[in-house]
Amino acid sequence: MTTAHAEAEGGTLPHEPEKATLEGRNKVLAFWLFLGGEAVLFGTLFATFLALRNQTNEGPSAAELFHLPLVALATLLLLVSSLTSVFAIQAMHRGNIAQLRNWLLVTVLLGLGFLILEIYEFSVYIRHEEFGMTTSAFSSAFYTLVGFHGAHVAFGIMWIAVLIGQLMHKGLTVVTAPKIYVSAMYWHFIDVVWVFIFTVVYLLGKVG
Amino acid sequence: MAHAAQSLHPSQPLKPGHSAKRHTGLMDWITTVDHKKIAILYLWAGGLFFGIGGLEAILIRIQLIKPMNTFLDAQTFNELITMHGTTMIFLGVMPVIFALMNAVIPLQIGARDVAFPFLNSLGFWTFLFGGLLLNLSWVMGGAPDAGWTAYTPLSGKGYSSTHGVDFYTIGLQIAGLGTLIGGINFLATIITMRAPGMSFMRMPMFAWATFITSAIILFAFPAVTVGLVLLTFDRILDANFFNVAGGGNPVLWQHIFWIFGHPEVYILILPAFGIISEVIPTFSRKRLFGYSSMVFATILIAFLGFMVWAHHMFTTGLGPVANALFSVSTMLIAVPTGIKIFNWLFTMWGGQVRFTTPNLFAAGFIPTFTMGGVTGVMLASAPADFQFHDTYFVVAHFHYVIVGGLVLGLFAGLHYWWPKMFGRMLSEALGKWTFWTFIIGFHLTFFVQHFLGLMGMQRRVFTYLPNQQFDLLNLVSTVGAFLMGVGMIIFLVNIFLTSRRPADAPNDPWEDGRTLEWTIPSPPPEYNFKQTPLVRGLDAFWKEKMAGAKAMTPAEPVGSIHMPSATILPFMMSVGIFIAGLGFMFSRDEFNNSIMSFLFNNYIVTALGLLITFGSMLMRSLFDDHGWHIEPEELEGR
Repeated sequence: MTTAHAEAEGGTLPHEPEKATLEGRNKVLAFWLFLGGEAVLFGTLFATFLALRNQTNEGPSAAELFHLPLVALATLLLLVSSLTSVFAIQAMHRGNIAQLRNWLLVTVLLGLGFLILEIYEFSVYIRHEEFGMTTSAFSSAFYTLVGFHGAHVAFGIMWIAVLIGQLMHKGLTVVTAPKIYVSAMYWHFIDVVWVFIFTVVYLLGKVG
Repeated sequence: MAHAAQSLHPSQPLKPGHSAKRHTGLMDWITTVDHKKIAILYLWAGGLFFGIGGLEAILIRIQLIKPMNTFLDAQTFNELITMHGTTMIFLGVMPVIFALMNAVIPLQIGARDVAFPFLNSLGFWTFLFGGLLLNLSWVMGGAPDAGWTAYTPLSGKGYSSTHGVDFYTIGLQIAGLGTLIGGINFLATIITMRAPGMSFMRMPMFAWATFITSAIILFAFPAVTVGLVLLTFDRILDANFFNVAGGGNPVLWQHIFWIFGHPEVYILILPAFGIISEVIPTFSRKRLFGYSSMVFATILIAFLGFMVWAHHMFTTGLGPVANALFSVSTMLIAVPTGIKIFNWLFTMWGGQVRFTTPNLFAAGFIPTFTMGGVTGVMLASAPADFQFHDTYFVVAHFHYVIVGGLVLGLFAGLHYWWPKMFGRMLSEALGKWTFWTFIIGFHLTFFVQHFLGLMGMQRRVFTYLPNQQFDLLNLVSTVGAFLMGVGMIIFLVNIFLTSRRPADAPNDPWEDGRTLEWTIPSPPPEYNFKQTPLVRGLDAFWKEKMAGAKAMTPAEPVGSIHMPSATILPFMMSVGIFIAGLGFMFSRDEFNNSIMSFLFNNYIVTALGLLITFGSMLMRSLFDDHGWHIEPEELEGR
């Protein structure tokens, strides 16, 4: 199945294999709806964070805590991973499985890099800054909002890794294509959420 | 769009003779992905929880039958009111709503199943295990006791030190996940699976109500999930969201809860509006008056429903500007709701009205719900609300809209669609007995509570002093509650007796059916429609009847029908979440047994549960379900 141009059982794949079947179209539509729900989920977390971000309870404040160069590097990794996931989908639309696989791999690796930086950041706060979940309302809101996003990244990494395996095993078909397309939608969504986290949590924390 | 293509994969040629693995008995119910069977599961599970919630209500009313009663102690009473509200809303009426949606929506839109049969099953099982987890609290150290709204700091560790509120937060998160999954499923189903010719403005009103309700679920449930997560973190991980000493803010909980909580009441009532809009035209032999205004009003109610949450918080102290704005937005909702009331009245006006049991419930719904709406407008006035707040006036109001509105609507819907779901007509005589005992009992119970509230009786008190003029009205209220119980028992007897009769209901048992579900056998075959019907207008079946046709015009030739395979994975995923929730809840507990302490305190139980859930998800992803086919010969053989 891993020829340069994927072929389905009955002939060549259409240009947008993710929308070739009703199941595929349903999946894409429902995932858009799911992302609507996710937006409310993160919206509520952002609202909570904004309400509590100055309640430091004599613990470290955002301005004292955050180290922007590290966060900027993490942001760069995640933004680039969104770009590479676009390249992956473009490769899929060309039917080029090798390129699709490679771009998905790059996406996963960049996501992994982001996650490692985030875990490092959290561990520094907990061990050296005495800034844990229970320190203040600000700390609880920070770890919950950023941690929810981090958990989404971790899930996305595992998800896309599983899909790379399926792509190699089952090839690019009208069954695997919607899965890959939907995972790319997910990845863009958590990227957009991060843009807001970078702005609202980190930049506003430094200057606001 | 919809079209017949739902049966065929373009890329997968049909494999003739490919038959499915069939389960029987219990395994059939655990593994089913058929929307009609899932509807029955929802109905039994919802009925079970409704019964539990009803018994809790009876116990509450027995305690309040006379002043200074000692039937229950204060703690038990608090647990009962908390569990009554939580159980009825999340585990009682919502599953019955989902039961009717599952039973009817695919049939009404001319589809062979929902868009995601697997997710449908997953939604049911997560709901059920969330509800079971919540109710386990009765036997595992005490039920939640902070009210169904779980206001902080009362629901915080300081005032609720048992695991009761943990069962509430984690149980509702799991059950809420199931509801959210169901909501997304119905949105996708209605958008993509409609039969050819069924445009949005040709959809039956119940399909519209389901569509809008699902949209509210999608945008409201994630908010409460976050609120419950924050409260869980406060209680189990010692976070500070609502802990004032740590810089937290208890009012934040109220905002998050009601941003979900108010849309939730429209999640409950819009499906009832949909049911009433089906029943009344059928038994008036007239098309629904003002169909397009009905659609518009439904959308407007959903939209406004998200902007009124702070009317639950008038006395919290948000200030006069906020109170005034939320007063006005709340009163605005009376406009689209009034449009609906008049549309139903004008539908009956001049119609050939038949008062069958479903139509009795529908006709009883209109004035009862209107009374609840009027007290709603009274409560929307912020200055007056300072007097009404936390009194029995509020209790009377929301029982008028939820019981007098939703529950009467559900009774109408259950009697109306029972022959379609089970192939047997419920007894009309017993149905009318159910109606009269239930509605008289209902008004006895709750009408007097308006006056109790205006006279100053507070809600949630476990007893009261004599000689405050509360005594007689409370006695009347309790007598009414028992009469409602009698109505429920008659309904159960009706179900039992009906189940012993032969399943001989015809396709169109009410003879005046207007919509597609009445064009196919009762109960429908598992593929619903042998041929997808062609829809030529609103009230598609009625239109064909008026044109002299006996059946729908098919939109496709008879062909092989693709069906999804039964699977146990949704059940396993839900079991996994259930185990993980229990594990997380007890992760900070000291156990007498060192093995138990080791397993729980190191999050091993939680990890095991998550492993089952994520492992099942992985299995679902790795092993494609190709489904199976029903061949034309089998269709003809029926």
